[in-house]
Amino acid sequence: MTTVDERPAGFENNDHKPVGHGRMLRKEDPRFIRGKGRYVDDVQLPGMLHCAILRSPVAHARIVSIDTTAAEAHPKVKAVVTGAALTELGLAWMPTLSGDVQAVLATDKVRFQGQEVAFVVAEDRYAARDALELIDVEYDVLDPVIDVRRALEPGAPVIRDDLDGKTDNHIFDWETGDEAATEAVFASADVVVSEDIVYPRVHPAPMETCGCVADYDRIDGRLTLWSTSQAPHAHRTLYAIVAGLPEHKIRVISPDIGGGFGGKVPIYPGYVCAIVGSIVTGKPVKWMEDRSENLTSTGFARDYIMRGEIAATRDGKILAVRTNVLADHGAFNGVAAPVKYPAGFFGVFTGSYDLQAAHCKMTAVYTNKAPGGVAYACSFRITEAVYLIERIVDCLAYELQMDPVELRIKNFIQPDQFPYRTKTGWLYDSGDYEPTMRKALEIAGYDELRREQAERRACGELMGIGVSFFTEAVGAGPRKDMDILGLGMADGCELRVHPTGKAVVRLSVQTQGQGHETTFAQIVAEEIGIPPADIDVVHGDTDQTPFGLGTYGSRSTPVSGAAAALVARKVRDKARLIASAMLEVSVADLEWQKGAFHVKGDPAKSVTIQEIAMRAHGAGDLPEGVEGGLEAQICYNPENLTYPHGAYICVVDIDPGTAQVKVRRFVAVDDCGTRINPMIIEGQVHRGLTDGVGMALMEMIAFDEDGNCLGGSLMDYLIPTALEVPDWETGFTVTPSPHHPIGAKGVGESATVGSPPAIVNAVVDALKPFGIRHADMPLTPSRVWDAMRGVPRPPV
Amino acid sequence: MQVPAPVEYERATSVEHAIGLLERLGGSARLVAGGHSLLPMMKLRLAGPEYLIDINDLHGELGYVDVGAAEVRIGAMARHRELLESDPLAEVFPIFRDAERVIADPVVRNRGTLGGSLCQADPSEDLSAVCTTLGASCVIRGGAGERVVTMEEFHRGPYETAVGDAEMLVEIRIPVRPGGSSAYEKVERRAGDWAIVSAGAAVWLDGGVIADARVGLAAVGPNTTGLPAVSAALRGREPSEELYERAGVLAAESCSPVTDMRGSADYKRHLAKELTKRALRRSVERV
Repeated sequence: MTTVDERPAGFENNDHKPVGHGRMLRKEDPRFIRGKGRYVDDVQLPGMLHCAILRSPVAHARIVSIDTTAAEAHPKVKAVVTGAALTELGLAWMPTLSGDVQAVLATDKVRFQGQEVAFVVAEDRYAARDALELIDVEYDVLDPVIDVRRALEPGAPVIRDDLDGKTDNHIFDWETGDEAATEAVFASADVVVSEDIVYPRVHPAPMETCGCVADYDRIDGRLTLWSTSQAPHAHRTLYAIVAGLPEHKIRVISPDIGGGFGGKVPIYPGYVCAIVGSIVTGKPVKWMEDRSENLTSTGFARDYIMRGEIAATRDGKILAVRTNVLADHGAFNGVAAPVKYPAGFFGVFTGSYDLQAAHCKMTAVYTNKAPGGVAYACSFRITEAVYLIERIVDCLAYELQMDPVELRIKNFIQPDQFPYRTKTGWLYDSGDYEPTMRKALEIAGYDELRREQAERRACGELMGIGVSFFTEAVGAGPRKDMDILGLGMADGCELRVHPTGKAVVRLSVQTQGQGHETTFAQIVAEEIGIPPADIDVVHGDTDQTPFGLGTYGSRSTPVSGAAAALVARKVRDKARLIASAMLEVSVADLEWQKGAFHVKGDPAKSVTIQEIAMRAHGAGDLPEGVEGGLEAQICYNPENLTYPHGAYICVVDIDPGTAQVKVRRFVAVDDCGTRINPMIIEGQVHRGLTDGVGMALMEMIAFDEDGNCLGGSLMDYLIPTALEVPDWETGFTVTPSPHHPIGAKGVGESATVGSPPAIVNAVVDALKPFGIRHADMPLTPSRVWDAMRGVPRPPV
Repeated sequence: MQVPAPVEYERATSVEHAIGLLERLGGSARLVAGGHSLLPMMKLRLAGPEYLIDINDLHGELGYVDVGAAEVRIGAMARHRELLESDPLAEVFPIFRDAERVIADPVVRNRGTLGGSLCQADPSEDLSAVCTTLGASCVIRGGAGERVVTMEEFHRGPYETAVGDAEMLVEIRIPVRPGGSSAYEKVERRAGDWAIVSAGAAVWLDGGVIADARVGLAAVGPNTTGLPAVSAALRGREPSEELYERAGVLAAESCSPVTDMRGSADYKRHLAKELTKRALRRSVERV
């Protein structure tokens, strides 16, 4: 038999099978490559029924009546449930992740097109869908609030009249930084540049849509839920709170997940519907969204309308940044972010620059659009923050007629300033920005590119070079600052070494394709010297893993990675005690060499970790006070966030006749601290860069004036293919995190955060001959053509 | 997974069998060839035929690409991939290969057919623009025999054709004239997307002068649009950049685009001009 993990040709830098960190093929890939992954939709249970959800065809309407008689008469239908029925169960409304409530099924009004109105449980998926058409709902259509800029106008329809005393569409005001100090700096600055910058609404659009199989056992009151969840433990606790089921009787299993990107952090009404369906029928119930449901009803991302302002000296010293943001949160405030951070980590909008002052004022409003605001590969709104600062810095470079690279380097926070406290209060752990920038310049051949650009411009060709430099804040907690509905962001981890020296590590985080089964095996391998192939990684099942808050905001490696390293060190410490007994020397006389202890000065006298494992479980003597077994557990509470950074350079060509943008080259140099598996990091970066091309050039969830979603299929909501992206050129620098046990900072979202500004900066740079300083995403040919004619238009 | 409503399924074994089934089942039946337009519409429940008559077994009968000296005849079941890969077809009408390279993706091209594309009558559809450009005619067969219609007669509006409930499109005929060549230009938001605008051009030269020329546009009107005014402006003139510019301006004036997610009407009008110029230029270069 051929094994998939044989060294492939062209893998020259592959360590092949490192015992620890290094390039190796992913352990999980054989099953994915061979079509043997097991996803939620693969779960088939005896007697399983199927749930389909009736959704609102309009954006805003009062429900006059719902007639389910004909649907109930369908021969294959087992149950039809409306909001009224859920009200009786106390389940018509559920808490969102940000302190609001959201309708599971509409009771009074529908508040966005695609909102859940009723559900059917039937013998098969087809019958369930057919029966939806037999439900007769009478709507009294109301004026919708679609234009976010008009949501707070007096007389605007009040969307959330379900909330006591609510008379407008205001959700919250939020502020960070020092307004007066910032104003003082702006007032005396040589140069002030302002720009209106929109980050349009986009969707995570994972390949696998959301869904679940709910199996409620009426006899012992136990609920098993196979679910597309990035955070199974948090979900279990929330179900216990929402549904009133005892937590120990709930088991959430998140099997293989086909992409999440933040979209599988929230609890959606569909999950609750399936659970209710199973409770009502006494049978397992499967609910899987179709593509349109996924795009129109589950968590969107971004949708920030930002006014950015930057103050600087004439010679290019940036002094201060401020911004005013109008945030469209849709019909329910479902933002997935730590409770104390209603705008996520947007506060890092000061970027990678040493400033004198900064200030942000934000207002969030309700509109008749799908709720959400999920952490779509954005590290809790850092995508918006980085886009704002990197765009406005380019606007400043334009006004100062200064090279954008030179301007950035001139203003970088310097290595000796770390840990660096920003003017909005964030403590950047470590960074050495200039070498990362220089490396990107070197790979790109920046000076040569600028020469080529000058030549092409002289012939009327439109070539653009865009730069972005980002600093992210990832790896939430610490628990005292960061929680979701009271659950602190800290992660448990358990490690058990079996008698034969094989091991199992149990994690609370849940992979959606990031390669956790490999990365975490390598982290443990690095610490205790057991090869990754001998370490089983268990995750995604609340009955089998310790509690933790899940995977989003690039937190797996920074938080659970630290937990895995520390739990392995605990095991190693115990192994050291056992080794001292086996070698009959004191602990102080032992030296650790990955995989074995030997006597100092006598390397021949050694015991391997495998031999120690057998001894730990064997009949022989153990040192006094040492229990049998070789295992440990831990709950890791991070001291601070980690702050990865990176320098991206994009080269585009624009067809002057058709305004089509072609991304010719893209150079990404990432610094995510210690690199565990470079191949997985590169894969993560490639994904994020592709995502960036999508957002910058084509993706947007748009609405017409009636609130109809115009992006309800992948024919309308475009995501890029291999033909839209160049061969990615990646590089790296390594600035370890000082507070992380292995110095790793996380990389999952870096490229999604850093690439859109590089691409937009490149397009705007290409359009410089037309006197263009800014154009909003998505830069579709039509919108680029508008910009070329001097009339760039905001997308909303 | 998006699931269609219940539907009955029959598999036709010959053109006569298919037409017989259509006569019996009437307007509640739809023919399915490649299925890449009809099935997504059924899954979205925008189309709900009671019967599907699968005509894929007719590929042997209707899958031909015959390139003759005076006429090209293509069976309605010829698949995109076969049109893309046919060297004899590319020899006389390179516009087909130009267009097929930018239609959808390999999966769709392996299955989708010329007849299906034309019968879907999507105003953005590329092969309809190609056939309009080349002055093709369509052979429609029914119980009473065959009739032949021009492309202008064939398309009656968006998603509407001259094919009756108990008829099927069986063949496309394109006249071959000496001294000609052709080209196709498309701007799309992303590979495999429908056109924002496409333009096809065909020119026939005689002694360095344009004997005849045709331009067809997609996605700028209720149907793919032939432009007689452009042909009239080009005939009898020597090819030049000024002439292409003039043709482009006429093309832009003659179309009726609307603003949608793909682009503004103004932009589409601009593309009609730009792509007409490019397609004419390339056609002339190829003669």
